[in-house]
Amino acid sequence: MAEKIKFTIDGKECYAEQGQTILAAALDNGVYIPSLCYLKDLIPAGSCRICNVKVSGRFMTACTTPVNDGMEVENNTPELEELRKSIVEMLFVSGNHFCPACEKSGNCELQALAYKYQMMVPRFPYIFPEKEVDPSSPKLFIERNRCILCKRCIRSIKDESGKSLFAFKKRGNKLMINLDHELAATMTDEMAEEAMEICPVGSILRKEKGFDQPIGHRKFDKQAIGSDIKSVI
Amino acid sequence: MRNAVQNILKKFGNDRGRLMDILKGVQSELGFVNEEAKKLIAEGLDMSYVDVEQTLSFYHFFTDSSRGKYTVYLNNSAVAEMMGRSDVAAAFEREAGCKFGSVTEDGLIGLYDTSCIGMNDQEPAAIINGKVFTNLTSYDVKDLVAAMRSGKVVSDLITKYGDGKNSDGLIKAMVANNIRKSGDVLLTSHKAGEGMVKALDMEPAEVVDIVKASYLRGRGGAGFPTGLKWDFCRKSNGEVNFVLCNCDEGEPGTFKERILLTEYPELVFEGMIIAGYAIEAQEGILYLREEYEYMLAYLEAVLKGMRENNLLGENILGKGFNYDIRIQLGAGAYVCGEESALIESCEGKRGEPRNRPPFPVQKGYMQQPSVVNNAETLASVVKILKNGADWYTMRGSRESTGTKLLSVSGDCKYPGVYEIEWGIRVRDILDMAGADDVQAVQVGGPSGECIGPKEFKRTICFEDLPTGGSIIIIGNKRNLIKDVVLNFIDFFIEESCGSCAPCRTLPPIMKNRLEKILNGHGVMQDVKDLEQWGAKMKMANRCGLGQTAANPILSTIRNFREKYEELIRKDVDFDSGFDLAAAVADSCEYVGRKPNL
Ligand SMILES: Cc1cc2nc3c(=O)[nH]c(=O)nc-3n(C[C@H](O)[C@H](O)[C@H](O)COP(=O)(O)O)c2cc1C
Ligand code: SF4
Ligand code: SF4
Repeated sequence: MAEKIKFTIDGKECYAEQGQTILAAALDNGVYIPSLCYLKDLIPAGSCRICNVKVSGRFMTACTTPVNDGMEVENNTPELEELRKSIVEMLFVSGNHFCPACEKSGNCELQALAYKYQMMVPRFPYIFPEKEVDPSSPKLFIERNRCILCKRCIRSIKDESGKSLFAFKKRGNKLMINLDHELAATMTDEMAEEAMEICPVGSILRKEKGFDQPIGHRKFDKQAIGSDIKSVI
Repeated sequence: MRNAVQNILKKFGNDRGRLMDILKGVQSELGFVNEEAKKLIAEGLDMSYVDVEQTLSFYHFFTDSSRGKYTVYLNNSAVAEMMGRSDVAAAFEREAGCKFGSVTEDGLIGLYDTSCIGMNDQEPAAIINGKVFTNLTSYDVKDLVAAMRSGKVVSDLITKYGDGKNSDGLIKAMVANNIRKSGDVLLTSHKAGEGMVKALDMEPAEVVDIVKASYLRGRGGAGFPTGLKWDFCRKSNGEVNFVLCNCDEGEPGTFKERILLTEYPELVFEGMIIAGYAIEAQEGILYLREEYEYMLAYLEAVLKGMRENNLLGENILGKGFNYDIRIQLGAGAYVCGEESALIESCEGKRGEPRNRPPFPVQKGYMQQPSVVNNAETLASVVKILKNGADWYTMRGSRESTGTKLLSVSGDCKYPGVYEIEWGIRVRDILDMAGADDVQAVQVGGPSGECIGPKEFKRTICFEDLPTGGSIIIIGNKRNLIKDVVLNFIDFFIEESCGSCAPCRTLPPIMKNRLEKILNGHGVMQDVKDLEQWGAKMKMANRCGLGQTAANPILSTIRNFREKYEELIRKDVDFDSGFDLAAAVADSCEYVGRKPNL
């Protein structure tokens, strides 16, 4: 077995594989670093910025930064937690999130983080942007009002020849997610299910199927996000 | 259409990496890249339709529908506004009969805003069908629109050419150089090849050593030591190395690359050759912003001449070195000046900065070790090789050696390019530029620092006030927050790539808050909010754009706090900023009711 690298998170001694990112190594060591765009086995996007940690006085995203030998990572500090909370709030005001009516409520990672940070109401003014819903493919609704532009779908949902079904369109505050209609028409039920599963929020929804798990019995209704990551020691 | 698109695809070898050129080619042919064209391109490159659309929709100058037979892109930088842009814009709307952001009903004329086009020294300026028009007046607009109505060719509307090479048969631009001060490094005579012959007689590592010894630092803004960067690249494991020359020049108020490329293109290319030799590359790419497309044919001709003289190509000057340069045209995106976004763009993708590490010197263009340098940095290298590192370090300040090109614009008599030694005081720049009655100086463009008279004794250098070269002078007659800060925030909103949650979300929110203050509804808490949110922008974003996008607000709150204090209400702690009477005015009028508030 390759030599492991030693590093610390908030003073706790941790071990990482060579080349492993801070976030992946943290999870292996039972330390939770809050994140949204991260998904195991996908190329990290570094776009939601929630997993920002501090190393040698500099902010960096834990999902994209490889661990170095002897690295001292700050994670659970008031400064970082405040930053993360405000990013969650930004994501709320930059979309239109009406949780009680959302199919993903209770399974939504954004909502779960809002609970974790005890967000009562975002401290930023609401933007109430106009977003277009795309219901035109046979198996999926794209509910852009809820999309947080995390790129999980772009990175993971491809056809057998490797073409992406999802891509970004435009830029800046007009950035939006775009589904390829031709390729979407060929989606299998499994692919559609996977797309809905990987979306952290309720932006990708299966058609002809919904609410099969009652609210109150869903993932984050029962346990806070990150609470399943337990110290292994 | 099918044939046209397929010919273009073939020309670029059906290579996805050349998507920028393919889109550009199709748009030049058809005027736009519509659904059918996108489908053909997707098919031809074996990629999904949405992936083609992802690149297309990212860039300001690409479009999927017609923007008119004549397309006017009118610069909306702060300096353009200072120089009377709004009158010119109004004249365009009146004469053409359509609003900005739209096309006339007959499809003849399209009017669009665009971010700084590198003409701040001759504003108001516009790009019409690729040609630059400077110093526009409402009177000119009348003639221009009349000429469009009569079907004239745009190049025939240019009545007089600018100085120097601007009148060259391949440029024929009305752009003026406005070289106000030449130093003895860059804006001085240059004999093609005089730097590279020296370099090619050395070992590549020796070239790197000389650049290191010159203490040359990157001129793109960040000031990273050039020799060190080259060394890192040499030490990276890759199959081939690449040189990328950054001529995106998107920072509002910068236009020195315009001068270098117009008057000293051989110098820039030669710098790329020396860099290529030093890092043992075979290919260099010069990334040229689309705004400077008017120079493209000329630059291609210069390259051709250099190939003919064996300064490029196979076995250069008989030294066994093979190297060539291609020009990659951008398509309107400030963020593509960020080195990793530039690389993405060169690979045909949306210009989204990459996560780092890996750095470009480790994995850059095509995932291979790459050096990205500013054009001015590379031009300086030629003179360093020619005259030696010691000659170079005699100029400038302790931590910033050599000379620097400043692009000076705004409220002054002599806007233009100045080659100065690092370490010059701001006050001396103002004197040279003929600026009295100065309220503030924006050093380093919107992402830099806005300073007031108390700080005019400070010096331009990496150890004090660093700058990529943009110096914008703001006179006392201006409303600093409204005319300048607000304009800069709009710029960042327009130019964010949108990937990071804070960068795409906070600037519009901050803009609203700033407007609330400007509308007389601001309270102390609003200023505090702006400071706190600005601090988060610095912490949380991936690239320099997002990290500095709050600087116009933060640096004016720091250096011109009294201007904010003058604007805010002192009688209350809270003001919702919501005017109920105004909000219901329309509906009251409609139903004939007096608001009862
Ligand atoms: C948003 C953004 C825009 C930039 N634009 C430019 C540019 O137009 N030209 C440039 O040379 N560098 C630009 N840079 C800096 C580049 O990332 C990079 O540091 C530079 O090209 C390196 O060359 P140098 O070391 O020779 O300065 C920009 C950086 C950021 C973050
Ligand atoms: S649709 Fe879902 S997975 Fe895709 S970017 Fe939006 S939030 Fe992320
Ligand atoms: S900071 Fe802004 S421009 Fe830079 S990568 Fe993030 S979203 Fe894009």
